[in-house]
Amino acid sequence: MELLWLIIAPFAGGVIAWLIDRIDGGDRRGLPARWVSLLALVFDLALLAAIWAGRHAGTGVGKYGAWFLQLKAGWIPEIGASFHLAMDGLSFLLVFLTVFLGIVSVAVSWNEIKDRVGFFHFNLLWCLAGVIGVFLALDLFLFYFFWEMMLVPMYFLIAVWGHERRRYAAMKFFIFTQLGGLVMLMAILGLYFIHGAQTGVYTFDYFSLIGTRMSAAAAFWLMLGFFTAFAVKLPAVPVHSWLPDAHTEAPTAGSVILAGLLLKTGAYGLLRFLVPLFPAASASFAPVAMAIGVAGILYGAILAFGQTDLKKLIADTSISHMGFILIGVFAWNSLALQGVVMQIICHAISTGMLFILAGALQERIHTRDMGLMGRLWEKVPVMGGVGMVFALASLGLPGLGNFVAEFLILLGAFKANPAMSVLAALGLIVSTVYALRMMQHVFHGEERRGWSLPDLSAREKGVAAAMIILIVWLGLFPQPVIDAASPALQGLEAIAGSQVKIISVAGLGRMTAPPAQASFYRTASGPLKSGALKGDKNERR
Amino acid sequence: MSGADLLALLPLILISISPVAVMLAIAFFRGRGLAAALALLGLFISFVSLPFAASYAPRSVTPLLVIDNYALFYMGLVFAATFAVALLSDGYLRMLRVRSEEFYVLLLLAAAGSAVLVASAHFASFFLGLETLSVSLYALLSYPVTREKAIEAGVKYLVLAAISSAFLLFGMALVYALSGTMEFSGIAAWAAAGIKYSNPVFLGALALIAVGFGFKLAVAPFHMWTPDVYEGAPAPVSAFVATVSKGAVFALFLRYFARVDIHTMGSLALALTVISIASMFAGNLLALLQNNVKRILAYSSIAHLGYLIVAFLASGALRVTAVSFYLVAYFITMLGAFGVVTVLSGPDGDAEDIEGYRGLAARRPVIAGVFSLMLFSLAGIPLTAGFVGKFYIIAAGAGSALWLLISILVINSAIGIYYYVRVIITMYSPAPVEAEEAALPPKSTEPAGPAAPEQAASAAGAIIPIGGGLVLAVLAIGLIWLGVYPSPLLSLIRKTIQSLM
Repeated sequence: MELLWLIIAPFAGGVIAWLIDRIDGGDRRGLPARWVSLLALVFDLALLAAIWAGRHAGTGVGKYGAWFLQLKAGWIPEIGASFHLAMDGLSFLLVFLTVFLGIVSVAVSWNEIKDRVGFFHFNLLWCLAGVIGVFLALDLFLFYFFWEMMLVPMYFLIAVWGHERRRYAAMKFFIFTQLGGLVMLMAILGLYFIHGAQTGVYTFDYFSLIGTRMSAAAAFWLMLGFFTAFAVKLPAVPVHSWLPDAHTEAPTAGSVILAGLLLKTGAYGLLRFLVPLFPAASASFAPVAMAIGVAGILYGAILAFGQTDLKKLIADTSISHMGFILIGVFAWNSLALQGVVMQIICHAISTGMLFILAGALQERIHTRDMGLMGRLWEKVPVMGGVGMVFALASLGLPGLGNFVAEFLILLGAFKANPAMSVLAALGLIVSTVYALRMMQHVFHGEERRGWSLPDLSAREKGVAAAMIILIVWLGLFPQPVIDAASPALQGLEAIAGSQVKIISVAGLGRMTAPPAQASFYRTASGPLKSGALKGDKNERR
Repeated sequence: MSGADLLALLPLILISISPVAVMLAIAFFRGRGLAAALALLGLFISFVSLPFAASYAPRSVTPLLVIDNYALFYMGLVFAATFAVALLSDGYLRMLRVRSEEFYVLLLLAAAGSAVLVASAHFASFFLGLETLSVSLYALLSYPVTREKAIEAGVKYLVLAAISSAFLLFGMALVYALSGTMEFSGIAAWAAAGIKYSNPVFLGALALIAVGFGFKLAVAPFHMWTPDVYEGAPAPVSAFVATVSKGAVFALFLRYFARVDIHTMGSLALALTVISIASMFAGNLLALLQNNVKRILAYSSIAHLGYLIVAFLASGALRVTAVSFYLVAYFITMLGAFGVVTVLSGPDGDAEDIEGYRGLAARRPVIAGVFSLMLFSLAGIPLTAGFVGKFYIIAAGAGSALWLLISILVINSAIGIYYYVRVIITMYSPAPVEAEEAALPPKSTEPAGPAAPEQAASAAGAIIPIGGGLVLAVLAIGLIWLGVYPSPLLSLIRKTIQSLM
């Protein structure tokens, strides 16, 4: 039930915030709506704390992984869809991130949003609820339901409260993601019917669908369907063009949620669904996907370097950082996966904070054009200092979380595909260039306009302090996060590994448990039988 | 004809008595309220009689009609939708200040025709039902006779419906000449046994019938009349044309082909594939360019019929479920969308200009919310019935490996989002006074005359008519209920289609 409450709280909070604002008439700058939203999210936070304290990993949800909790209820039995939520370490971290950034978003919109405050918070909370649902759903129909559901509120956030070209950007975002989602729906249904035709059981349940036997061609096309949706959300390079527009035009809270959470649903989908459902197909697709990732890293960095719009620049760096996630996922070994989780969290925090700073600047000087800024450090030293910390985080300075993440990913990827890893490492160099250029143009250099602006307010300082503490903590002592995620990641590896083995040892008549640490590339593409059998000595279950 | 036959026919008998009763009543006591009340009562009683009839189903009553759960289900849909239209019309007609008693007679007649249509098992009953429906519609479409556009819509529909009826009749005659029977079951048996689908005369007959159906369903390339008629007709009648008249024809179409694997008839399946693709693209692409909400909905309905044909081309039980569910979702959504247009309309004209919707969310948030829900349902966004419907269509297509069709459906869904969302965002944009028109010469905040019918409406009838409000509330609740928990309807549909399979 806790899992259901996690989703219901923001849903209900959103509705109450909207209603209360209407009744209130909005004459007190929407304070009740803001407090209700905050309350709903704090409730979620408390719930998460309770779940974490009371967890005992390894409850019997499915075969693999370390699940804390699950909730399974009938929903639409006619099509075999159930209301199946479950939480493991990975989901926990991501839901925690969602709630945390949700609170941050409410805080940063405190002064920025003055128009239709209730409706704003309704959309904000419904978007968060959709994201939480995505991170918890273990039924593909339910997953798709939440996946689509978070789009509409986000659309409204951009289209109603965004900047100059908001309607264009919002529409582009909506159409891109909707198209990606529908392609995924086709793939989900393809999987559903293949599984149903084989077993006679038509179900969308994740654990049932894992290990569905299908021809290599079918697996490849279905995998590509899922990949399309996740690549659009991530975004990967050929389908990234919605992102700079959407991030730039969105209000600050929208940018934070987009960069911090919506992009991460793509990464989560790759981890939770794409590889475990189609391990062999994704193994054969890995070189292409990693190449796309490298292209994203370099292309995003080049875009960022040439950018004069501050928010667009930060958006372009997101493309670059998300390339690392693609590489890490498709390297698919423990190191790389741990790196991916770290990257998800650190990028959400660092980029989120950079967007908050850009939003704060825009609120004060009403422009995002870096050509009009310069030498702002003298006027807003605190903002400059915070900006410096997160610019350094973005370029991967050791001691801050992003370094750990990207280092782990590169390390893992080197084992899987050295060439790609070397190319991806170039990203660290170019990121230095764009991050320092950004600092130079905004906070240093010559003064181009005589701006006079106030520094960060106490509320903004509080947000910044929380973010800095987190990013430094993640940089110096990432072990708790890795420990939390590891059992879940090992479960995912085991799912993927076991299937590759089922395929390769088909005919041996015995299902062997997968190795915990072995890269599944060896088992997939090496000399099949011997590779598979060698893995046995490392059994875990 | 036995007593059981009569009991099975009870809904049809009641819905046929209703227009007569209304007609007689208003001959003695003319009054808008009485006519409306009697019409609503007639529809309600007919609806309530469905479960009684169901206990005698399935049953062939004369060679003309078959009363089975499938027919009763669609009759229920027709009655409920007509009930909603009648309630919506009440406030609308009152506002128009026209004599409205005959409106209800015609509406009930149209409902009776549709009910016959969904129960027909014979060319004769099919044609009778269709003509009863069409003839009532000619008058309904141009009911506000002082409006030029309404007259235009009525005449346009009259000419095209007459032509399409001629096509249908010619096709039926050819089929009869070949097979010697006019019963659907007889024709199906004949076609399966003998000449198959290679006989050019039979193919020609099928083509003629398909043209007739195409006009009634307004699928491309027979869709040209739709936007003009929807635009000109009074909004509640547009709702009726978009839902009941199309839904009844489609239900019949499905009944005839439910047991046939359509892909065994190569050329027919190909023709339907082409029609489906053309409808999806024509509807969605042409809607992109519209600034008139009623025309947008008209083009949207063309596209939605294209989606329906995708499900129709699938095979197995899933296709009948998909079509039935989608039709229910489509009924609710289209009724809701046109219902919003209805309650916003003023005496000078319907609320059809998209600019009239600017800032609606600030002025009338509930109506704007309901309209957004309906548009999201048309776009197939979760939490609405349209989402589950679209899911079912894609599932039916995927189950039969119609990858080309569902890929095109997916592309069209993405195109469709543009114009649905465009209407929504217009409602949530600030009112024109503060935005673009700020530069224009200042005008009073009061309605600026006949050029702004919407504003006039918001001032004149800021209170939503109670009937219309009720209908919209029920539709919105139903929409979300089906979007979140479709199970009850699905099991009902499953029961109704057993007699077909």
